[in-house]
Amino acid sequence: MSVQGRTRRFELSFRAREALHGYGFIAIWVVGFLLFTLLPLVETFRYSLHRVTVTAETIQLEPLGWANYTRALFTDPTFVELLIAYSVETLVSVPIVLIFSLIIALFLNLRFRLKGFFRTVFFLPVVITSGPVIVELAAQGATSAPGIADSPAVAAVLAELPRALRNPVEYLLTSFILILWFSGVQILIYLASLQRVDKALYEAAAIDGAGAWEMFWKITLPSLTTATIVNAIFTVITLSHFSENPVTRYIYGQTYAVQGGIGYASAMAFLYFVAMAALLALIYLGLTVWARKEAR
Amino acid sequence: MLSARQRQLDRVRTFLFGSRTHYGAVFTVFLYALLIAIGFVYLYPLLFMFVTSIKSPEDLLNPMVQWVPTQIYTENYAKAYRVLNYPQTLTASVVMSVVPSALQVAVASLVGYGLARYRFPGKGLVLALVLATFIIPPQNTVIPQMLTYKQYGLLGSPLSLFLPAAFGQGFKSAIFILVFYQTFLTLPKVLEEAARLDGASDLRIFLTIALPAAVPAFIVLFVFSVVWYWNETFLTVIFLEGGVTTLPMQLSKFAQAYENLYPPGVVNIFDRLNEAIKMAGTFLNILPLLVMYFILQRWFVESIERTGIAGE
Repeated sequence: MSVQGRTRRFELSFRAREALHGYGFIAIWVVGFLLFTLLPLVETFRYSLHRVTVTAETIQLEPLGWANYTRALFTDPTFVELLIAYSVETLVSVPIVLIFSLIIALFLNLRFRLKGFFRTVFFLPVVITSGPVIVELAAQGATSAPGIADSPAVAAVLAELPRALRNPVEYLLTSFILILWFSGVQILIYLASLQRVDKALYEAAAIDGAGAWEMFWKITLPSLTTATIVNAIFTVITLSHFSENPVTRYIYGQTYAVQGGIGYASAMAFLYFVAMAALLALIYLGLTVWARKEAR
Repeated sequence: MLSARQRQLDRVRTFLFGSRTHYGAVFTVFLYALLIAIGFVYLYPLLFMFVTSIKSPEDLLNPMVQWVPTQIYTENYAKAYRVLNYPQTLTASVVMSVVPSALQVAVASLVGYGLARYRFPGKGLVLALVLATFIIPPQNTVIPQMLTYKQYGLLGSPLSLFLPAAFGQGFKSAIFILVFYQTFLTLPKVLEEAARLDGASDLRIFLTIALPAAVPAFIVLFVFSVVWYWNETFLTVIFLEGGVTTLPMQLSKFAQAYENLYPPGVVNIFDRLNEAIKMAGTFLNILPLLVMYFILQRWFVESIERTGIAGE
């Protein structure tokens, strides 16, 4: 037996032991994932292919094939309409949230008096954005840009627009302030990455005679690519999981409805998941292509 | 050599447009105008809520009274307090947000540490699955969970929220795991290796060396978790309905609860439900969070900037 052989055996057992200890740390999560996420997900998918009747003791399944899916997509007019409205609203909201939170983060990164006060105010949404509170505020008209959408001039312009364009614009006008309420965490993420940009870069650029405008496009924005992608994904997911989201509400309502039922609601939940994943992929691809073009 | 006039012009220009070291007056005015405008967007609903909540029924009907009520009418709060069943729902909300948050943060730190410090096959898969749990909408898993809980008689019991949190599947758990993963990756390994050579066990190294170094991340994440659990209504309505009632749950059925306490046919017109009472209820709902936020805010925002929650 050579010395080399012994060390290798030691190496191997060391590796194996490290892996074992690593598994020890994550074991609780793996068990939780199987029990509380994977199993229910598979179960929901199974429900979506059946008609589900829940009695006091048992759950009865009656196979339907893909009927629940075809019904949601082709027979139920409400669901498809809500799904389209959700997609349009998400695509309109994401750029607004991104641009708005970037601007706020850039401001909060400057030096000025009363910064602490403004920072406190701007992070308020993180604390109070919850379903019932937003619903109460929206009902009192505190979330829409006051009166803009109602003014006759705007109404006239809106009426002239083609239908495909009118809905997003109308949504924008009535919910602009509501959209801003979803920007809290995104401001934080931008601010944290702004503070990690190397100050020396700006000094070097200033010596080379670059202005603030050029520095923003050539230094600041490219350093924020990762933060932008994280923020975009976070925004889509927050908007989609929001408890007052109309699609979510509709699916929840159908769970207990006589004509709907658990099977139908499960099928819609999966269709909604697919739509959300498609939106995520679209926004992710769009941003990476844009970032690559910027980098060149 | 510059003439006196030239120098004066220069001074005016620096005052207006700034120099390399100072912002000019034009920019400063513009900056504050924008900050105030945007700040107003966030404060307006709160101000509106507060002012409406102290209006008497007469003030509500009087079109002359917009922002300054003729008197401070606290009766709305007394009513909202009773309708919300405040002491009970407040306690429920505190328990239902603090306990799962503590569990969630503790487990997320364990998992984040395991992912950051150990090499093992399948780590990439676990990270991908953690991300997947962030994306999967709750309604894709909630029905079987509910049916299982029902089977075991856990529906309406606080355990229905505690159990997932204890197994690392709490509300938005992926964010917590990923931030801890990031935090432990950036912490130096040297001390831990030295302790290992001295024969300390893995768990002991984690508890005595890694944990103390990550305290800022712990506190920030705990506060976030409390806020998110507090505001969560989709899962709480499904899992806790019939058992525990949290503040936001009670707020979402405020009108109904009000009419149970003050039947519209019985009470006089001034005691009917109006927006002032609703706003008082909404305000009572967010008040505990506001108090917590204003106490912690300076500390909270600064440590976020330090811990780098952005996660790259």
